[in-house]
Amino acid sequence: MMGLISCKETTRLVSQGLDRELAFGERVALRVHLVICLGCRRAGSQMRFLRKAVRELAEIDLNTNA
Amino acid sequence: MPPAADFRAQLEALRPYLLRYASLQLRDAAAAEDAVQEALLAALAGEAGFAGRANLRTWVTGILKHKIVDAIRRQAREPRLPDAPEEALDDFDALFRRNGHWAERPAGWGDPDGALEQSQFLRALEACLERLPARTARVFMMREHLGHETAEICKELAITPTHCWVMLYRARMTLRECLQQTWFGK
Repeated sequence: MMGLISCKETTRLVSQGLDRELAFGERVALRVHLVICLGCRRAGSQMRFLRKAVRELAEIDLNTNA
Repeated sequence: MPPAADFRAQLEALRPYLLRYASLQLRDAAAAEDAVQEALLAALAGEAGFAGRANLRTWVTGILKHKIVDAIRRQAREPRLPDAPEEALDDFDALFRRNGHWAERPAGWGDPDGALEQSQFLRALEACLERLPARTARVFMMREHLGHETAEICKELAITPTHCWVMLYRARMTLRECLQQTWFGK
């Protein structure tokens, strides 16, 4: 189990959660932190938005000004 | 189906777009040109495969994705270059206080999906991607754009999963900051 984690550790886990399945203790620690931390919630949704934006990169017109 | 010369001209018109797309991922002008050339040749040879599809660019980009993955494999087999100094560990000391809490809380981006409709935003995103260190950018694009699993990326690039996760974390944090400065914070 992980106890209380910092914002730095939280953002790291949020990022890894996009790439692997987190362990139970990691998920609990993450959830507890996110409930109380607006900054980390924002950072997390921004990372998810980045995934979406980059995934669509080829679909969208990149050569408008090429 | 258009006559062959017409098809060739349409493909040729896509070249600048394809080159930028390949460069973003390969970070090597010569390798990007080779991949685009191979994709265009394959597209010419496979014109019949395009018949009836709606969008030529989407179809050719699909071919190019495979050529890019081939190029990444070839590069991974070449002797490893040492990581550039710019890729040395940066633990975001400016972002976090000593105790690991935000030095400055990230600002909200509102409803960012609207930005995806704007070509200016995509320019800003591309510019931020270009500023990432080459290896970090490659891992990030393989994961987020090409949609490879971390395990595949590790195998292709001969790195450990931990290294891979660290690079992905760094790419995401750096891109967040970059877009905050160049787009959302404006």
